[in-house]
Amino acid sequence: MSRKGRPKGECRSAQHAGSPVTRAGWIRLGVVALCVAALEVACRLRWIDPVSVIPPSRMALGAWSLLASGEYSQDILLTLENVAMAFGIALVLGFAGGVLLHRMPRLRRAADPLLASYYAVPTFIFYPLFIVLFGLNRWPLVAIGVLFAMVAMALNTLNGFERVPAALHKTARVMGLSPVQETFLVTLPACAPYIFTGVKLAVVYAFIAVIAGEFVLSGAGFGFKIAFAYNNFDNPTMYGLMLLLLLAVGFVNWALTAWERRLHERSAGGCP
Amino acid sequence: MNATTLDASPATAWRAPLETAALIAVLVLLWHLLHLVVGGDALPSPLAASRRLLRLLASPDFAANAGETMRAFGYALLISWIGGLGLGMLLGAHRLTGDVFEPVLVTLYAIPKITLYPVILLLFGLGISAKVAFGALHGIIPVVLFTMTAVRNIRPVYLRSALALRLTPAATARYVILPATLPEIFSGFRVGFALTLLGTLIGEMFASQRGIGYMIVHAMQNNEPQTIVALALLLVAFATLASSLLLAVDRRLRHAA
Repeated sequence: MSRKGRPKGECRSAQHAGSPVTRAGWIRLGVVALCVAALEVACRLRWIDPVSVIPPSRMALGAWSLLASGEYSQDILLTLENVAMAFGIALVLGFAGGVLLHRMPRLRRAADPLLASYYAVPTFIFYPLFIVLFGLNRWPLVAIGVLFAMVAMALNTLNGFERVPAALHKTARVMGLSPVQETFLVTLPACAPYIFTGVKLAVVYAFIAVIAGEFVLSGAGFGFKIAFAYNNFDNPTMYGLMLLLLLAVGFVNWALTAWERRLHERSAGGCP
Repeated sequence: MNATTLDASPATAWRAPLETAALIAVLVLLWHLLHLVVGGDALPSPLAASRRLLRLLASPDFAANAGETMRAFGYALLISWIGGLGLGMLLGAHRLTGDVFEPVLVTLYAIPKITLYPVILLLFGLGISAKVAFGALHGIIPVVLFTMTAVRNIRPVYLRSALALRLTPAATARYVILPATLPEIFSGFRVGFALTLLGTLIGEMFASQRGIGYMIVHAMQNNEPQTIVALALLLVAFATLASSLLLAVDRRLRHAA
């Protein structure tokens, strides 16, 4: 995503720092509540076929009974573990890749068209190949997560390094910093906000890929359970699981975005 | 997400494709080495995959499948681009509306949309409309977000001029906002293109009996690594070619701006 819009937004959020929820926030809450209510009414009045969509209240009930029964805890835990592992590996590989691309402009120029089309190919089609390579265990799923998340991390790392102002490098040289000192004292702090954007995307992408993989071909995990419930016309379970997943990913994303905004604000200094 | 464009001067512009070709050659070599290490059952060699691809291309039902995919992809892309442009302009022009919906869109962008496929399937049924819906669902959000950001960051003096010239809102959008934001919007189109293709293919994998996506899922179920890799090769080639083209237009637009 382009980050050009940030400075203005930061200033406005700084102004609103006193009140925890802004006016837009209240309106948003209202709009979402209205949509949920409309869906509820439409489902209850049978304007929408109950075989397709069940009322939101029953989705919530389904989600709650899933959590309460504990029947799905193991699958949820398994998925979270896989996501965490994929994320960790993708972080390291993606960062290394970003540094490599930054250091070798020719490689970067050559790779540009390939990187631009990277996300057009559904990565999880390689799942069967990974199964043959790694065996029938968790590693094929983790590998898909790594493949999917790694490139977002690399692109944002690259973006971060490119955005370090030349003046900072010059200052470092004037002050006689060694390359190692320059890296840790100047370059990394300066590009931290952009790299953090990569970290955020890597989390989200690891989620997407692992769950998609489970969805397609797997015998356990969150994605598999959703597919399983769908195939059995078990709507309360299916929508309950979906709701849980959306809430989980939404929460992770919200927390990371808030953190990211703080990083950007700090690096931007005061608003003009 | 966005590969930031490198400003290649015209004198060295011809070098980029050559370098890309060299990189592809290295990647194919690595692929072949990997094939030698893990064996042909797991990963077919580049040569075997290309042969399989040629045979696939020659087979009679391939054209029908590819045509089906392209049709669905075309519709989905049209919805993503035009719908995304319109929505993005609206959200960008009206500050409060944008503030209200931006976080919602970002959250929608972040969720694994594949899990929504049962809902799409139940709403649209098996067939082309489900695929189109899936493709548009994936592609439209980045276009909206890019357009919105671009419209918000437009230089205020342009808008003041439009006001001074008493342009109607429609004329302002057409003659002032659109030209001023075209480079950013096009970047959104580029990202939207890749994601719409992804979405359409995923839609085909689950919600269809025809198309490239269906061929892939069929090959996955029957465990035919050669076919999978051959189709992946085809997709990579198509996506890379198309995105190089879009990238070139993107650079030209940025250069002109």
